[in-house]
Amino acid sequence: MKKRIGCLFVVFVSMVSFSQENIKGMIMVKDTQNNVSGLEGVSVYWLGTTLGGITNKKGWFQLPYQREYKQLVVNYVGYKTDTITVKNPKTIHHFLKESNSLEEVFIGTRKRASSKSYLQPVNHIEIREAELLKAACCNLSESFETNPSIDVNYTDAVSGNKQIKMLGLTSPYLLITQENIPVVRGASQAYGMSFVPGTWIESIQITKGMGSVANGFESIAGQINVEIQKPSKSLPFYINMYGSGTGRYELNTHINRQVNKNWSTGLFLHGNKRTTAIDRNRDLFLDVPKSQQINVLNRWQYTNLKTGWVRFFDISYLKDRKESGQVGFDFKRPQLGQDLYGIQLETERVAAASKIGYVFKDKPYQSFGIQSSYSNYVQKSFFGNNKYDIEHESFYVNSIFQSILGSTQHKFKTGISLTYDRYDEQVLLQNYQRDEKSIGGFFEYTYDSLEALILVAGLRMDSHNLLGNFLTPRLHVRYESWDRGVFKFAFGSGRRTANIFTEHQKIFASTRTFEIENSNGAIYGLQPEKAWNYGLSYLQEIQLFGRKIDFSMDFFRTDFEKQVVVDYDSSPQKVLFYNLEGDSRADALQLEADFELFPKFDIRLAYKYYDIKMDYKKGFREVPLQVKNRWFASMSYQTLQNDKGGLWKFDTTINWLGAQRLPDTKDNPLKFQLTKNAPAYSLVHAQITRVFSDKFEIYLGGENLGNTTQKNPVLGSDRPFGDYFDTTIVYAPVVGRMFYGGLRYKL
Amino acid sequence: MKKIVVIIAVFLWTGMQAQEVSKKLKSCKTTLQVGGNCEMCKARIEKSALKNKGVKYASWNADTKALFLIYNEYKTNTEKIAKSIVEAGHDTDTIRASQDRYEQLHMCCQYRD
Repeated sequence: MKKRIGCLFVVFVSMVSFSQENIKGMIMVKDTQNNVSGLEGVSVYWLGTTLGGITNKKGWFQLPYQREYKQLVVNYVGYKTDTITVKNPKTIHHFLKESNSLEEVFIGTRKRASSKSYLQPVNHIEIREAELLKAACCNLSESFETNPSIDVNYTDAVSGNKQIKMLGLTSPYLLITQENIPVVRGASQAYGMSFVPGTWIESIQITKGMGSVANGFESIAGQINVEIQKPSKSLPFYINMYGSGTGRYELNTHINRQVNKNWSTGLFLHGNKRTTAIDRNRDLFLDVPKSQQINVLNRWQYTNLKTGWVRFFDISYLKDRKESGQVGFDFKRPQLGQDLYGIQLETERVAAASKIGYVFKDKPYQSFGIQSSYSNYVQKSFFGNNKYDIEHESFYVNSIFQSILGSTQHKFKTGISLTYDRYDEQVLLQNYQRDEKSIGGFFEYTYDSLEALILVAGLRMDSHNLLGNFLTPRLHVRYESWDRGVFKFAFGSGRRTANIFTEHQKIFASTRTFEIENSNGAIYGLQPEKAWNYGLSYLQEIQLFGRKIDFSMDFFRTDFEKQVVVDYDSSPQKVLFYNLEGDSRADALQLEADFELFPKFDIRLAYKYYDIKMDYKKGFREVPLQVKNRWFASMSYQTLQNDKGGLWKFDTTINWLGAQRLPDTKDNPLKFQLTKNAPAYSLVHAQITRVFSDKFEIYLGGENLGNTTQKNPVLGSDRPFGDYFDTTIVYAPVVGRMFYGGLRYKL
Repeated sequence: MKKIVVIIAVFLWTGMQAQEVSKKLKSCKTTLQVGGNCEMCKARIEKSALKNKGVKYASWNADTKALFLIYNEYKTNTEKIAKSIVEAGHDTDTIRASQDRYEQLHMCCQYRD
């Protein structure tokens, strides 16, 4: 055991070594008669580093010394872990005291709150719970503020909604799954991510580029998978309360119970409310909507390690209401007959999911799984005089069989998936109905050379009633060219149907009209979208001055073969939707470095460059509201734990966003014209967490500390029923500085 | 007398061997004891076992030091597998790794007391 802990450290120590001074010392214990003896096998290491060793038979140890190393951790099972402050490389004599309980066993290595995978062939980033706690993260859409791979954007000036982008493409081009079952799709595309409460999330896996064919043909820019807390592993009781300076209150309660040897269940409750009207920029439009939400999830988990069966059953219910628009609007009365402009969105969702998995007896490499889900999503809304209702019923089944060909060096996955989606939309006075059905089969082969190379090649064939019959190939290669230096290559295609109304429903809150150029396609007269994505990544771990630096660089290109172009430029009173004629591509480059500057002080720096252009009616140009250059920095510091497990955590994130092109408003009168580009700006978020014990902690934070806001987010706000009213052109926060606080109590 | 017993025993034993040959399994499960310490050892042990043609699955447990194997008896046998593990520097319950090879292991992987 001891040896293994020591071993783990050495695993991370690089081969790069340099001459150093050494420090010697002896670890001793006193017995009841006060006899002194050296202790063998004690692990001794420099705090925050991977440099360590084990004492010899007489209790002596010898370690490399550098002036930066100040604290030496001495750890031995059954004894209290000590941290010795070392000022100079003098010989150390230290006595260990016996500890009375095992609870105090110190865990030496600290897992980073989020990490990039060196092993997996796909460009994979894991965000763990610790990362999610660095910001308020009220819901899934806000969980990416501390991660540079995903950009969080404001969608419009009235809904308070945030939209995420990856590789410069908006969330409809991402496959968003909850435990590998697609959840945020179709009607829930616009707000679905805000319906996954932050505290329910156990971890998030981000895949850049095409994901596995096992998850369907829909992902184009990437996949985000959310793992929800598991009843068998979660705390029996958890409560989280949150309040913000903009009048938003949240309550999260989790209750988990072990029913019997195999079954456990969890009840997750979430509620949030904002009743205060916030209009700081005095344009008479609410900066953030008034809202209320109830969200309930009940999970049942069955695990039987003897038979190899695992089952999950989930049932959930959501009701959400958002009210926005002009201050003073009476939501008890309809829009008709009121002079003020009102916006209301009411959403109700019922969903159920089941997962059944079986690992074959005596064949640990062979397993079978079947996932199925049902959801019914209803949104009723009005934006001034524009009425928009959507009902989306969805059914999904996916089965996966995994086994090997000869040995675990050659693995395969194969299966069949079925989807059914029924859409019923009321857009102003027009009704749209459509059914989407598909059946598909996939096969994915994984080759592991056991050394440097891992290759994943997948192919799926689908038959879709609107997309036709088609093949989806995908390839991922991972190659470790030298020590801790990994190259990854990805390539593949993806397709989807564009739900233009629900994805772009913010347009309803403007004078702009939806104008579709009918091309006799199957979806609102438009053709389905198809894209190819290529990606190359390079990851390198470097050891510098005894510290580990993770460096990564990736470049992705998405080439659209078919796309529904959303054109804001043709006229400020219209948004044109038409099939792409010509080219459309999205290039995304990201450079990132992660390192520990000094013990427990982590820094992450990133630079991102996006070049997203397509052929519009007015020519090949940049997509509006897309930042070209972005810088990102995050810092986090944690103090040492005291006896009760108490500590302080400090986290800050700085985002710098370069200029972005604004939609063309030249045809408007001068008063309603916007500049060609939006100015660059930066955002600073910070949070302080005080952990009192492993049971109780409080946090205080601030978002947008620099108080950056967009000057007039609502164009033509004085005449919302006039010709120049537009809330869709938002490039910066609408609300300024915002403080929040909360507490977490675990039992 | 003693000689006869020995001869009969040898005959019986070879007979049993012959019978076993005819009863070869395509997915034979077995466990070997293999010395090692850590995750690095685990990767090395499993790798060296899997490199034998016919080994389908290998999983080594650092706590119990047990290497669980599934292999095709038509293609390989435990001696061959043990040999390749020993060549990688890890002792098994039947063979010991050479001192030379052992000393080439990473510092932390040196599991011998």
